[in-house]
Amino acid sequence: MTKKHYSYILILPAALIYSVIFLLPTVMSFFFSMTRWTLTDWEFIGFENFVTFFSEPSLNIGFKNTIIYATMTSGLKVVLGLLIGVFLCSNIKTKNYLRSIVFFPNLLSTLAVGMTFSSLMHPTQGLINQMLTVFNITGIDWLGNVKLALFSIIGVDVWKGVGVATVIYIAGIMSIPMEYNEALMIDGGSSWDKFWNITLPLCRPAMNSVIILSFIGGLRTFDLVWVMTKGGPGFATDLLASIIYKQYCGGFYGLSTAGNVILFLFVAVLVIPLYIFLNKKEVDL
Amino acid sequence: MKRAKQILVEIMAVILSIIIFWIPFIFVMITSFKDKTQAAEMNIKLPTTYHIAENYSAVLQAEKGMVIRAFFNSTLITLLSIVILVLICSMAAFPLQRKKGKITTMINILALAGLMIPPAIVPTIWVLNGIGLFKTIIGMVLVEVALSIPFSLMLYKGFMATIPREIDEAAIVDGCGKIQLFFGIIFPLLKPVTATIIVLTAVNIFNDFVNPLYFLPGAKNATIQLTLYNFIGRFGSSWNLLFADAVLISIPPLILFIFFNKKIVAGMTAGAVKG
Repeated sequence: MTKKHYSYILILPAALIYSVIFLLPTVMSFFFSMTRWTLTDWEFIGFENFVTFFSEPSLNIGFKNTIIYATMTSGLKVVLGLLIGVFLCSNIKTKNYLRSIVFFPNLLSTLAVGMTFSSLMHPTQGLINQMLTVFNITGIDWLGNVKLALFSIIGVDVWKGVGVATVIYIAGIMSIPMEYNEALMIDGGSSWDKFWNITLPLCRPAMNSVIILSFIGGLRTFDLVWVMTKGGPGFATDLLASIIYKQYCGGFYGLSTAGNVILFLFVAVLVIPLYIFLNKKEVDL
Repeated sequence: MKRAKQILVEIMAVILSIIIFWIPFIFVMITSFKDKTQAAEMNIKLPTTYHIAENYSAVLQAEKGMVIRAFFNSTLITLLSIVILVLICSMAAFPLQRKKGKITTMINILALAGLMIPPAIVPTIWVLNGIGLFKTIIGMVLVEVALSIPFSLMLYKGFMATIPREIDEAAIVDGCGKIQLFFGIIFPLLKPVTATIIVLTAVNIFNDFVNPLYFLPGAKNATIQLTLYNFIGRFGSSWNLLFADAVLISIPPLILFIFFNKKIVAGMTAGAVKG
């Protein structure tokens, strides 16, 4: 009797906006990625854009960089977030302060953060190198060195984003029933045992969320790279998302959309199996 | 002994937090107080002469008051997006949570996909252009709303599951209509999660740089993030002005953080831990 009171009409406004602004472009991207396109006019050219994408070194460097970026940022957030999370759940006085300060950068504008670190990482005057000279380490060109630049940006990404991982872990650890810890105390387990046998396996759902969220975030990153290096030096820090933007600015709409489709496939091919794999291993509380 | 060790670790953690987090913040603040030459030295020495009013008013007046206009634009986009988002997502979540069936499953999968799939940029511009909303505030609002729907819907559905069906049934027995049931009974009960969504979306949309860059180009409609982006190109080496702008655009999120810290954290962890 209540069934008919849950009218699907209530879904309509959301469905309409979502379909027109998100789903339709996503579906159309598969078609437009196979065209030479000027927004008003298109010419069907088959897989040419994809061939260009895979053969052009300035474009396909994005695959490697995007994978490195997503894997490393999410890996670091998973590990550091766990360590900080466990530490902040222990019996310490400055808990609230530390939690807030670790979390806060996440609310700042990525642009402002990127700009700040660009100047902190300045090769000659930057504060980081000035501090290093105190320890007799000669200045490092954080963002100018082809081999290092991507990793410097990864560091900034982790600085900004580790707070989210931390609060997710904290929520996960807090939801572990006290009885487990009490049982371990009675059996005389150390805090190391507690970490390996209780905290780690039981905060698995939290860890899975951190892995998935930060991995997807890493694959899609654009703003931080763009404000810090614009993909340079050369193409050393170009990610798929920054290549999509560059091709868009160059007026190569078809090619840019092909980049979008490739990014879509990346997410589908990497994230969905990862998601299934992680959920299979999850333990029930 | 153990206690002493713990205190030592804690002191180290606090010192580390100062080096890793406070020094960049202080660096930005101090630099925004300096004159151009001193700012170019990029250190954290206190300025010899303070130029606070001068720098900040220079930023506010630059490009015929672009920053002030951008503050207005960003606030408008954020507010409109939030109103639309809260309304349509809470409405949609109701039947989606209460009814089971093929339609529900299909819509859930489509919404879940939106959490993962990056938006297709140029085709979105093509669509906006087609309906005459490209480079307009309304078009920008629609994009922000569309991209925030999956997450807000998920939060609403999660919260709605905790509202017992008996409430619906009692209302229906009392002669409540479909529309009245939702707006009169259910929507007010959603207040806590609505607050979370408002705060979280406000931060996200206010800080959004990528979408305005693509969908709202042009100085007239600049959003607050775009002003900083433009200034990086234009002010070049005037780090004092750049950082003054960075401080200005960080104030709204800072205020939200101070008042709604708990809500923000609750939103970010909701659904992530067990859901």
